[in-house]
Amino acid sequence: MEQPRSVSGASLSPRSPSSPPFLSISVTDPVKLGNGVQAYISYRVITKTNFTEYQWPEKFVIRRYSDFVWLHGRLFEKYKGIFIPPLPEKSAVEKFRFSAEFIETRRQGLNSFVNRIASHHELHQSEDLRTFLQSDEETMQRLRSYETGIFIKKPADLMQIFKDVQLKVSDVILGKEKPVEESNPEYEKLKHYIFELEAHLAEAQKHAYRLVKGHRDLGQSLSDFGKVAKLLGACEGYTLGKVFSELGAKSETLSIRLQKEAHQLLMNFEEPLKDYVRAVQSIKATIRERANTCREKGELAETMKLKEINLGKLVLALSDRVGEAEIEYNESKAESEEATRRFETIVRRMSDEIVQFQEQKTLDMGIAFHEFAKGQSQLANSIANAWRSLLPKLEACSFTQ
Amino acid sequence: MMGSENQGFEEAHPLVSREEMETLVLDDPSDHGGSINSNSYSNYRSATSSLSDTTHHPLSPPIVVTPADSDPLLAPPPYRSTSANDSNSYIEPPSYADVIFSPFDESSVSEINGVETNSQNSDSSLVFSRSPSSSSDYIKITVSNPQKEYDSTNSLVPGSNTFTTYLIATRTNIPDYRGSEFSVRRRFRDVVTLADRLAEAYRGFFIPPRPDKNVVESQVMQKQEFVEQRRVALEKYLRRLAAHPVIRLSDELKVFLQVQGKMPLPTSTDVASRMLDGAVKLPKQLLGESNAVVAPHEVVQPARGGRDLLRLFKELKQSVANDWGGSKPAVVEEDKEFLEKKEWVHDLEQQLSNASQQAEALVKAQQDMGETMGELGLAFIKLTKFENEEAIFNSQRVRATDMKCFATAAVKASRFYRELNAQTVKHLDTLHEYLGLMLAVHGAYSDRSSALLTVQTLLSELSSLNSRTEKLEAASSKIFGGDKSRIRKIEELKETIRATEDAKNVAINEYERIKENNKSELERLDRERRADFLNMLRGFVVNQVGYAEKISNVWAKVVEETSGYGREST
Repeated sequence: MEQPRSVSGASLSPRSPSSPPFLSISVTDPVKLGNGVQAYISYRVITKTNFTEYQWPEKFVIRRYSDFVWLHGRLFEKYKGIFIPPLPEKSAVEKFRFSAEFIETRRQGLNSFVNRIASHHELHQSEDLRTFLQSDEETMQRLRSYETGIFIKKPADLMQIFKDVQLKVSDVILGKEKPVEESNPEYEKLKHYIFELEAHLAEAQKHAYRLVKGHRDLGQSLSDFGKVAKLLGACEGYTLGKVFSELGAKSETLSIRLQKEAHQLLMNFEEPLKDYVRAVQSIKATIRERANTCREKGELAETMKLKEINLGKLVLALSDRVGEAEIEYNESKAESEEATRRFETIVRRMSDEIVQFQEQKTLDMGIAFHEFAKGQSQLANSIANAWRSLLPKLEACSFTQ
Repeated sequence: MMGSENQGFEEAHPLVSREEMETLVLDDPSDHGGSINSNSYSNYRSATSSLSDTTHHPLSPPIVVTPADSDPLLAPPPYRSTSANDSNSYIEPPSYADVIFSPFDESSVSEINGVETNSQNSDSSLVFSRSPSSSSDYIKITVSNPQKEYDSTNSLVPGSNTFTTYLIATRTNIPDYRGSEFSVRRRFRDVVTLADRLAEAYRGFFIPPRPDKNVVESQVMQKQEFVEQRRVALEKYLRRLAAHPVIRLSDELKVFLQVQGKMPLPTSTDVASRMLDGAVKLPKQLLGESNAVVAPHEVVQPARGGRDLLRLFKELKQSVANDWGGSKPAVVEEDKEFLEKKEWVHDLEQQLSNASQQAEALVKAQQDMGETMGELGLAFIKLTKFENEEAIFNSQRVRATDMKCFATAAVKASRFYRELNAQTVKHLDTLHEYLGLMLAVHGAYSDRSSALLTVQTLLSELSSLNSRTEKLEAASSKIFGGDKSRIRKIEELKETIRATEDAKNVAINEYERIKENNKSELERLDRERRADFLNMLRGFVVNQVGYAEKISNVWAKVVEETSGYGREST
């Protein structure tokens, strides 16, 4: 279902130096497909770009959540040390899997995900990203099932999963990672910071969730109160009855306003907080990778040392297996150096990433606070205005006693 | 702000609890380092006034145009366009944020009776008066100081005769009461007696129901809790009595409040002993030895609850005849107006019950909002401290500043929610009060119907006595010279008829009196209810407006301080 669309008007030649490079993606149009248990949501992913590596300047494809999971996994494998942008929540309570709110928050989350990748100085060059954005659906499906099918796990992957579980368990028990061979106090501080931060953020998010619910509940109780006030008004005489009716009407209006605010709070405050938590979890995953790589580096360095010693012995003994040993040693040395390079890449990337992370989060939270405050202030104003408008009627009552 | 911001957090402990949140010193320029309480909100006022000085507040809502703009009693909203006003905003009439009762305001409606004094309410002229007269009389009653006492007599089982007394202090300027300040000690049993005596003396009135005996609770609850619960209930009860224009002047209440020592009102006896007395009397009545006719002074009390079993049976028979008998009784509740009113009262009660429930739900929801907002604020305060401690990058410090600004506002807003709620509870309490009053109305209506039943019973008796007399006279007249025994019987019957006539007249008077009482009480209910409900609504609304304004101001500040991010948001 490829639909190559040319940019209206000019055809795009290899990137003209005058126009800045851009890659803009939007995830839109959630549609429910399939039946019963197999039902799922598909999204339209529209890409506009002038990168030469991309086959089409404008393209849209249909993707589902597990495709995004595939992309995330690939990037995590290939770009160790980089904090891969987090995906929105994996599972949902069955009941809400197709609720409008859940679909919308997931769509936004997926949109953020791809756009963050596109704006990352290294990640945007990823071939897997290109595949994701431009392959046809069959190719995508094939790739997805190859990577995520349970019966195709490679033994190394299984080992990795086991190690991950181990580490997760120790996370829980010790409250932090098992100490690894890195002796870098700054890095230790960072790890400690990340683990603590997650706890703090989780708590804040919990309260944010309750606050959203609180708005909904207050709205509901105002609505109920309004109805009852109207009934009470029906009992009363003319003027007093009218006031009760009006009170009831205002209550109901405010109830609707509160429901709206609850939704805004969810989208503009709770979701960003959840996103923050997920970002921290992504950093934790990177920390684990770094630890693994460090360990590997250590192990391979050990092995190389042993081979070197062995070689030395054989040389001294004038053995005829020196050649063999030398080859082994060289291989081992290459592996060790490679591991060291990988490790150093991770270290380098992480130190850049952490700066970016902090700045981005300051911005994200600043926006979140701003929106929150705006929303609350406007809500309070609406409430004040609604109730204030009743006062003239109340005054009028006193004169018709 | 950067330099001083950390001072306020010396005390912010990572594990700060709710109590600590109360005393948290939030370093805020407009607070001058003081803690958030009522005197700092005057700093708010100056902050908001200066806010409205700016040429165009980015968040000012469209100006509320109400016809009451010309009404001097109505204060305009705080965000006024400067074109409408001078630069010196301190001359502006206060917004509703200032009209709000302080959290410790005690002058709520139910306390000072007969008079509405809201001393801090700048619009006090708007408080609706409950009654046209008696605007300067007052009685203020307080119940306090529960003490355990021992009953020195009857100590058959040691330790079983302890009871609690309460100090009941009264202040009044009503001349009927001798003195202006006095106090007595009373136990709960005395209150029961008072209630019973009032019920007898003031049939037809809407007498506030007394607190329950709570026999089960008194065994099950913690002593202290129970005593406190009872103390509160007693206070409310006595204040309601004092608020009733007729009952406040009653002898019973006066005696209760003033006479020292053991209470001189005759105590009520329990149902069992009354029944026992009645059972003893009954055979005599039936045999004609004791008076079979209700004495006039007993007629004014209902049959049920008295000692006259015979009367009880007669009236029961009558009520069955009313319900199932073919003929209508001679006197019937004809007052259409009354019947309509009765329906209306029933309807009102239903609505009040619903309203009372929803009011509770509303209060709870407001409470939750306040608590959650506070907890959110606390969580961010912890985060702020954390980021500050661990900061390596400047972006972290910036974030910490933003978080602190946010958290401070959230905690303030949370306090306002809680104050709002405390006031809401007070205002909406009127609904609960009136629901309780419905019980009193039922009592008054049952007084009426039992008085009517007494009248009907007596009328039936009279008619049957008369017909017996007629029959005897007819039979006797056939015998020449008269029948001595029959004539004697006729004489006796005529005697009985006279007595019954007397009783009937008294009963009818009583019934009419009760009807009058019902009527005047209904009128009073109407008047006072209108005033009380209007006050309730007004209080509720003003409260909501005032606190909404305060909360809006709190967040508006945050909007200002984070306005840099406003340009970034989508």
